[in-house]
Amino acid sequence: MSKPRIAWTDQQMDDIIGTLLRVGVALAALVVLVGGVLYLHRYGNTFPDYRVFHGEPSDLRSLAGILRDVLVFRSRGIIQCGLLLLIATPLVRVAFAVVAFALQRDRTYVTVTLIVLSLLLYSLLGASH
Amino acid sequence: MNVFEFTLLSMAGSLLAGFLGSLTGLGGGVVIVPLLTLGFGVDIRYAIGASLVSVIATSSGAAAAYVKEGFSNIRIGMFLEMATTLGALLGAMLAARIPTAAIAVIFGVVLIYSAYLSLHPPHGQVGQEASDPLATRLRMDSSYPTLDGPVAYHVHAVPTGFSLMFLAGALSGLLGIGSGAVKVLAMDRAMHIPFKVSTTTSNFMIGVTAAASAGIYLNRGYIDPGLAMPVMLGVLIGSLLGARVLVRARTRWLRITFGAVILVLGFEMIFNGLTGRL
Repeated sequence: MSKPRIAWTDQQMDDIIGTLLRVGVALAALVVLVGGVLYLHRYGNTFPDYRVFHGEPSDLRSLAGILRDVLVFRSRGIIQCGLLLLIATPLVRVAFAVVAFALQRDRTYVTVTLIVLSLLLYSLLGASH
Repeated sequence: MNVFEFTLLSMAGSLLAGFLGSLTGLGGGVVIVPLLTLGFGVDIRYAIGASLVSVIATSSGAAAAYVKEGFSNIRIGMFLEMATTLGALLGAMLAARIPTAAIAVIFGVVLIYSAYLSLHPPHGQVGQEASDPLATRLRMDSSYPTLDGPVAYHVHAVPTGFSLMFLAGALSGLLGIGSGAVKVLAMDRAMHIPFKVSTTTSNFMIGVTAAASAGIYLNRGYIDPGLAMPVMLGVLIGSLLGARVLVRARTRWLRITFGAVILVLGFEMIFNGLTGRL
């Protein structure tokens, strides 16, 4: 009887996850940096107001709004997009673990990781509505 | 102070926080909120949003280095993440409902507790005795590499560890911190997981936990790009630098100094919370 060949060992899984995290963080930091330079260029001489809480405008609160901002090259939207990439990195990691456990035929941990994944998706997509 | 100066100063402060946090193993996130609120007069809600983002950055950045060493236990991590993410969602929802002064006081208490832990680091007892049957069924027992070859360990008290993780997640979501101290405590003291395994697995979990509450914070408009940008970049660079010199540094007196700073910040947070200034 031959073993399924694509099933990763735990060590291989760790390696892939390590690379995934590194790429995710580097990409997020790069996008934040680009947005940050644009932001300073544009707003560097204005005065920050963080003493009183207003909450962010609606375009910076949702996935769709942030993407619209990026398309018209708004600096604050680009930073927010980088932050979104950063928030998505652990999410991709968990999604990857679902697949890896499925290939190992480990039903218990497929369920465990699916629960974690749905909690994360709920937070990012649905919780405030 | 204009935006340019504010960005430079807050980035420098965050860099130092990330550097010291990674050197001492206490995490930089725990001092970001006091730094921004007490130091720069930022509203605590913006500060928590920015801190949360930086916590994800350091966790994922450091985890990338850790996982290759083979210390972290992905099964324990994933299983306990059910508790931390659920706790984090609850914490983030609570954050909108309780007054900021109360958040400041709770923050202060957690800081004082972290300072205490920095002076009494967990001693790490390896579980050699029989496992919790639940741990066996969940295939949590594993081994970790040492100079003398792999050493096997057994996992204990899964329900206790799970409950403590829920608390760690709730604190993370409420305060925008990684709650690494509580996570390590749960794995070290309750579940008897070897120290190296619990610290790396905890770091692994911090990012997922913080991401669970970050979504809610983003949707609610607590994450300001202009503030989160210097904080995230600063903490990330600082913690990566800290990880590089970690091997050479004598960390004992550093832990004590940083612990003392955290203690003072804790009392200041409580004082400012009680007098209604935060």
